[in-house]
Amino acid sequence: MIVESKDWKPKIVAFLCNWCSYAGADLAGTSRIQYPPTVRVIRVPCSGRINPFFILASLQHGVDGVLISGCHPGECHYLTGNYSARRKFVLLKSLLEHTGLEEGRIQFSWVSASEGVKFAKVIAEVTEKVKALGPAKKLVKSKT
Amino acid sequence: MPELTNKIREVARDLLQQKKVDLVIGFARGTTPMCSTPCFVRQDGEVNGLIWDSFCENNLAKYLVKRSDKIAIIAKGCDARAVVELIKENQISRDQVVIIGVPCQGMVDRGMVRSALEGNEIQEVEEKDDRLIIKGKNFEKVLNRNEFLHPSCKVCTHRNPVIYDILVGDTVKELDTEPYLDVAEFEALTPEEREEYFSKEFAKCIRCYACRNACPLCYCQECFVDCSKPQWIGKTTEASDTAIFHIMRAFHLAGRCVECGACERACPMGVDIRKLNRKLTKDVKERFDYEAGLNLEEVAPLSTFKPDDAEEFILHP
Repeated sequence: MIVESKDWKPKIVAFLCNWCSYAGADLAGTSRIQYPPTVRVIRVPCSGRINPFFILASLQHGVDGVLISGCHPGECHYLTGNYSARRKFVLLKSLLEHTGLEEGRIQFSWVSASEGVKFAKVIAEVTEKVKALGPAKKLVKSKT
Repeated sequence: MPELTNKIREVARDLLQQKKVDLVIGFARGTTPMCSTPCFVRQDGEVNGLIWDSFCENNLAKYLVKRSDKIAIIAKGCDARAVVELIKENQISRDQVVIIGVPCQGMVDRGMVRSALEGNEIQEVEEKDDRLIIKGKNFEKVLNRNEFLHPSCKVCTHRNPVIYDILVGDTVKELDTEPYLDVAEFEALTPEEREEYFSKEFAKCIRCYACRNACPLCYCQECFVDCSKPQWIGKTTEASDTAIFHIMRAFHLAGRCVECGACERACPMGVDIRKLNRKLTKDVKERFDYEAGLNLEEVAPLSTFKPDDAEEFILHP
């Protein structure tokens, strides 16, 4: 049982596309930009590669937030992967929130390889939002 | 409805006699009243088994997938839409199927009729215009069929088949209701209320997958619930497992669901499955201006994109 306390730090899973957001995260690191140590990064080939099950499985296993980040529209390494992802995830987000998932549990952003500063900003913002929501309770698998 | 029954038999007989099709899929009388059942007719001598009444609720498009023979199918509005989707998804070719369209007045929910009779056993049901004449031991009751329609039929906006080769009967007037009013009402609830509602609904689920098996558009060779490498979803009835099952099942039908309500009718536990599907249908209509199964030309919304699709949900786009 996670105890809600002042210094509770959320666990956030970030699915980053290899070509933009992952490189952006790398740039943030090499540039020594500070951001909250709340994210666990999973590198994927493209935001279009992300199966909705990745998100649901993450939530089920108890992460407090999920971030998905890819290349800006028009800049996908595979040309259209992020466009497909955008259509897919807007529906998924809307459906999950329809079933009562808090707004902000899953978030999306575009971060390019040159946007180390933006990456840090996005992580700070996502962390803050998830922190405000508290530990995840919905869709979490109960331990038997 | 006897006129429709006769016309359907006539059309089926002609098609089979002229060897235009190998098989006619329609409805036959069931073993109990109000239980019409899918029926496969291969010989012209058997066509008198076909009927049409207010209880032809199954979506027959389900039976078209993975067939190689030439088939005629009796199609209501929703069946026809499912056939369109199946053709678009290359599950059956257009020349392989003869669509016998039947305009639909909405199908009657036998569960609702039964509960209106307070436990009296029904032995016979006759139909005259809009009236259901229900007979049993020592009683007779007349009900207005339009008050006992399936929930999906009450909000149906495509009662007339959108595509057909032969139309049986006259077209009917489409319902003049505000579309997605039910969804909007539910959306107006707070997230907590919505979560509570869905938790209660999902808690009823016994994971029998009847919804999947009845859905005309659930035809994957290997369904995600059966997949074990990787196994994305637990097979138990634990709350999050069932919730994820229902969410993902609905999501797989995003932009494909024709709202026939077959899932809900098949459900032995009465889970309100359509609540999820309707939300996605509404979202798809509003965001991508697409309705499933209306024509053969439009590309499915999740198979395409527009560079300027709205992205208000993206952080700092």
